[in-house]
Amino acid sequence: MVDGTLGAVGAVPPAEVEDMELYHPKSWVTRYVFCQDAKVISIQYSLTALSIGLVALVLSWLMRLQLGFPSVFSFIDANAYYQFITMHGMIMVIYLLTAILLGGFGNYLIPLMVGARDMVFPYVNMLSYWVYLLAVLVLVASFFVPGGATGAGWTLYPPQAILSGTPGRDWGIILMLASLIIFIVGFTMGGLNYVVTVLQARTRGMTLMRMPLTVWGIFTASVMALLAFPALFVGAVMMLFDRVLGTSFFMPALVEMGQQLQYGGGSPILFQHLFWFFGHPEVYIVALPAFGIVSDLISTHARRNIFGYRMMVWAIVAIGALSFVVWAHHMYVSGMNPYFGFFFATTTLIIAIPTAIKVYNWVLTLWLGDIHLTVPMLFALGFIVTFISGGLTGLFLGNAVVDVPLSDTMFVVAHFHMVMGVAPILVIFGAIYHWYPKVTGRMLNEALGQLHFWITFLGAYAIFFPMHYLGLVGVPRRYHELGEAAFNTPSVGTLNAFITIVALIVGAAQLVFLFNLAWSLVRGKEAGGNPWKATTLEWQTPETPPAHGNWGKELPVVYRWAYDYSVPGAEEDFVPQNQPVVARAGAREGAPA
Amino acid sequence: MSATVLFLAVIAIVVAWWLSQQRLTAKPWLEEGPVAHLPGQAEPALPAAKVGLVVFLAVVGILFALFTSAYLMRMHMGDWRPLPDPRVLWLNTGVLVVSSYALHRARAAAAGGDIGAVKTGLLAGGASALLFLAGQLWAWQQLAAGGYFLASNPANAFFYLITGVHGLHLAGGLVALGRTTAKAWRGGRAEEVLLSVELCATYWHFLLGVWLVLFALLLAT
Repeated sequence: MVDGTLGAVGAVPPAEVEDMELYHPKSWVTRYVFCQDAKVISIQYSLTALSIGLVALVLSWLMRLQLGFPSVFSFIDANAYYQFITMHGMIMVIYLLTAILLGGFGNYLIPLMVGARDMVFPYVNMLSYWVYLLAVLVLVASFFVPGGATGAGWTLYPPQAILSGTPGRDWGIILMLASLIIFIVGFTMGGLNYVVTVLQARTRGMTLMRMPLTVWGIFTASVMALLAFPALFVGAVMMLFDRVLGTSFFMPALVEMGQQLQYGGGSPILFQHLFWFFGHPEVYIVALPAFGIVSDLISTHARRNIFGYRMMVWAIVAIGALSFVVWAHHMYVSGMNPYFGFFFATTTLIIAIPTAIKVYNWVLTLWLGDIHLTVPMLFALGFIVTFISGGLTGLFLGNAVVDVPLSDTMFVVAHFHMVMGVAPILVIFGAIYHWYPKVTGRMLNEALGQLHFWITFLGAYAIFFPMHYLGLVGVPRRYHELGEAAFNTPSVGTLNAFITIVALIVGAAQLVFLFNLAWSLVRGKEAGGNPWKATTLEWQTPETPPAHGNWGKELPVVYRWAYDYSVPGAEEDFVPQNQPVVARAGAREGAPA
Repeated sequence: MSATVLFLAVIAIVVAWWLSQQRLTAKPWLEEGPVAHLPGQAEPALPAAKVGLVVFLAVVGILFALFTSAYLMRMHMGDWRPLPDPRVLWLNTGVLVVSSYALHRARAAAAGGDIGAVKTGLLAGGASALLFLAGQLWAWQQLAAGGYFLASNPANAFFYLITGVHGLHLAGGLVALGRTTAKAWRGGRAEEVLLSVELCATYWHFLLGVWLVLFALLLAT
């Protein structure tokens, strides 16, 4: 073990950056629109992602209306229902969660947290946003083309995705695939920035093991996304060929409406492999940044160093690596060799180990902490609870034998909404409440934040907990109408109506959040530079909101890790990362091993 | 998916090696101070653009690994009819080797400060890359003339798709090469264009390597 303590402070040379290196906006347009400053790009990403996310929220309302009150709303026919399902899933997973966690939080937090002036390739970074926006616009356009958006389900499984029985078969699916391809190109531009900035642009003293876990999470997720998205790219290109040019990559020989189609010999399973090779890492691409952010929220608001920092880092890396060898657990029912199923069930369950380590460490960080129940902390706590309950049902589904009867029921819907929908969204809300003061210089309103949290948190449970029961009694997912079936008992109908009403309320409650965002921008309490008394570098900027270039003339020097809270003998209960050695009483104790 | 998993394993080994250099077992809560002497704290050994290119090449690499995986899985289906490999592909391969070699010379010249030889190398590399692309189009032409259309058999579809994606990557590289050449032409000194030339050369060697693997795959099946 290298003992790197207490080097002479004066030995660090000042690191001034000449003006040449910085990009300087020359006009209003290059300052706010075509801007190369990562902070502006972050806001652009976040606002775009939240806007398209609202569209997906409304789509989920429409679906719930049909499920809760079948046949009441005549405009939601089976085709429309499938279109809503598909677009809701695709938007939420890719265009909201991936975009806001990596493009939004990544752009804002990486340069500030590692002490850089900006991303390493600012021009490419700017392009990344505009390409993302184009992808979103192409996606939105698919609502308005003849035949409407695709209704193939968010997994876009062939052959049904491009057969004439599926809504949106004419143009919707083409625009969907094109939008995905554009998104992946745009993401690759951004992802290169996130990864290389962490590798190259850390300020002096910022070793990898001094990085906040937020940066670790976003960094690892970006690496994973760079390696996983190409699989979706390949799948999308090949399916586009099948649809537009008549190739048979995925399309088997088919008879449609009594007519032999020109396709033949293709393999739908091949698409499933490609899709899930992307699709499972995608779960962790969303989860790892959330893990990182929540670690920092908990540590800051419990005024306690994160328990087992090293384990947290190792767990992030281990989850990132393992998530590439579990993809076929989404395909247990595709008729695969049982030995494959055994292999993938094993790897799937092994992932539970590093994940459980993280959960224990969060709980142990809270243990005896000085917990401040601020709004970000409430969301962080809500995340832990939700992630545990969502993760435990994952253990059910990870077992091939248990999965077979539960596959394609509402149980699956409940599982992934808890673990991949609600949990990361809670983190995103918490993170917005946490960093909004840095972005705008003003606090979000506390009372409105509490209201928003309680409705969202309790509402999410009221929505998704009963769905587990629906799944266990056999209610299938993706059904427009349940009809006469043994599982369609009166209690199922009542429960569905209940879920719908709660979903409407929770969705509407998000308006409180939007109002808070807008109102606090003007009327919020002045935040000052470091309202949460946090240690990480983004709170130590000379100006709030940080000016272009983030730091003054000199880059900060880092002297310590990111979690020096409640250090015995220190003057305050936090020691910023860029503060030189402090006098303190006695040796430090109680640091976790 | 074996080709993909294999490629991922290579990346995993590189990442594991890199991580092993990063003192992941450090106890940061015990280490206070500027730690200027610790590894990774000197000025970055490589310019950001080089690291960026390496990461990008990993992404391109996995893209082709995935196409290869799909190819290998699809070819076992009953309807696969291998197509003849146009002779011109051998010629194209030679041209691409020449292109890569020319950029290799350009890089050596830039390191040695000989801007004249840099210009020659860049021009030769760019011209031969264009020739390669033309040759690939000619190969398509020949296949189409022989009745091997895109949609008539999956083997054909894969051939057009994979060669097309490879060609697009080379065409993208030509944009960067063109900018570098323009910079050299506008009177840039050798050391000013060195980094750009190095990046182009690395990209070219990588695409040559990808092409050799793809070509071997097409020949063998």
